[in-house]
Amino acid sequence: MSQTRMRRLEPAAIGGVMSRELANFRSFWKATTFSSVLEPIVYLLAFGLGLGATVVNQVEGLDYVEFVGTGMVATAVIFSSAFPAMFGTFVKHRFQRTYDAILAAPVDVEELVTAEMLWIGIRAGVYGSFPLVVTFFFGLDPTPGMLLVPLFCFVTALAFAAFGIAIAATVAKIDQFNYVTTLVITPLFLVAGTFFPIQGLPEGVQAAAQLNPLHHLVELVRHASFGFEGLDLVRLAVLVAFAAVLWRVAVNRMTKRLID
Amino acid sequence: MTAEPDQGKPAIELRGVVKRFGEITAVDGLDLDVPEGTCLGLLGPNGAGKSTTMRLLTGQAIADSGELRALGYELPREAKTARGEMGVVPQLDNLDVDVSVEDNLKVFARLYRVADVEEAVDRALATARLEGRRGDAVDELSGGMRRRLLLARGLLHRPRLLLLDEPTVGLDPQIRTELWTLIDGLRSEGTTILMSTHYIEEAERLADEVALMTAGKVIARGRPAELIAAHAGRETAEVYAPPARLAEVRAAAVAEGLAVRPAGPAIAIVGAEKAANGVVPPEAIRRAASLEDVFVLLTGEEAE
Repeated sequence: MSQTRMRRLEPAAIGGVMSRELANFRSFWKATTFSSVLEPIVYLLAFGLGLGATVVNQVEGLDYVEFVGTGMVATAVIFSSAFPAMFGTFVKHRFQRTYDAILAAPVDVEELVTAEMLWIGIRAGVYGSFPLVVTFFFGLDPTPGMLLVPLFCFVTALAFAAFGIAIAATVAKIDQFNYVTTLVITPLFLVAGTFFPIQGLPEGVQAAAQLNPLHHLVELVRHASFGFEGLDLVRLAVLVAFAAVLWRVAVNRMTKRLID
Repeated sequence: MTAEPDQGKPAIELRGVVKRFGEITAVDGLDLDVPEGTCLGLLGPNGAGKSTTMRLLTGQAIADSGELRALGYELPREAKTARGEMGVVPQLDNLDVDVSVEDNLKVFARLYRVADVEEAVDRALATARLEGRRGDAVDELSGGMRRRLLLARGLLHRPRLLLLDEPTVGLDPQIRTELWTLIDGLRSEGTTILMSTHYIEEAERLADEVALMTAGKVIARGRPAELIAAHAGRETAEVYAPPARLAEVRAAAVAEGLAVRPAGPAIAIVGAEKAANGVVPPEAIRRAASLEDVFVLLTGEEAE
């Protein structure tokens, strides 16, 4: 081993860090899974049935419950990626000193960040798909295109995981996450087209929504359920680009934070 | 793992290393060699730069200037490769508390690219004497057990160099002695050890050589007995008395050219064997000079 100089992005290092996450996840997966299943049910009952039965019948030719159910995939993705990344990274760095332990082993910051992103991406790929499955029980018909939804969720979650890691590596105190939640995350998930179509919004807001990865995810999931269109490849490319750029930002911020 | 030993080469070589944090210079032109197979105790007060030195050696801090080599690897360029042959036991516990003892070890066996993970985990459990607690969450372990686990985790890959940052800080005496036995065992097996500590006794018991560090530099270095002989002489006399009396005794000793240092509520006259009659009062307690005398004289600070 002493003979082989180590390279960048070694699978052994990335896999090792992910195995740590998996070992920890085994101690809390029940609670996470419980809320991930129950939350879309609550939303679908409240918005889908509540609003759908009394205020709106159909949106863009869809039953409102199907509209919200497919859109909620994006909500599930951002909540199961940005928040675990922000809080998890901060806690592991500051309170548990986990990263000190990992970086004392032959793992570098780039591998650490990449592994954390991949782990969150996989988790959110699974949890993000739950609302779709729940909506089956509210009348949504399964389609073959839906098999791609976990992939769309995974790519989007990579971007938000990187975003969360970069934020955690930047703030001085954990309370400052409140600014990020209010100013960034809440607008992103409200103006993604989950609960109402963005076509009804002022043009400026519509243009801004094109910069919202969640909006592209919402469109991709709806098209996976009701028919793809050519532009969807561009949407997927946009999501990949977001993930790639934010990955570099996260590695950069974390290097500044973790290496003195 | 069994690399050919770099014969005659020091395991650690630091030349003129400087590390600043804004206005503060934590390491200030540090030169330090640790020969293979020896244990060097880095002794110094808080803020002397011991922990920063450790972080420079793992590449978790980057020096502003100077040359650093560990196990023949140039730092920080080859830090990742160097870390593969280095074990680190941190000052503060960073185990995963909700995870079992076994899984804590397995994760690090993978991170260290150990070929036979099961074998390494069994060996670590034996080292930490935690065979019976394999499946328990770390949360359920006592402080001493956690400390042993932390040490065993750093040994999973049979490192050639072990960095121990304050290995027994905050532990009760019995657990401390237990860990000393473990560390001494590693030293006998030929592992090179760099150990920072501010416990004098720890340095005296474990280290072949002690480097006294203050304000980011090594100010004295040698075997404990040599340091004592060179800086403190043979005998120290401790005087316990009311402040006014202490002031008198101190003045008399200083007039004789003797070094006097505070020792909690008392004062200690260092090199008491050289004192003229009457300088050391009859009520003084005479004892052999210690590394602590050297430490306080040279750093101007009282150790624990």
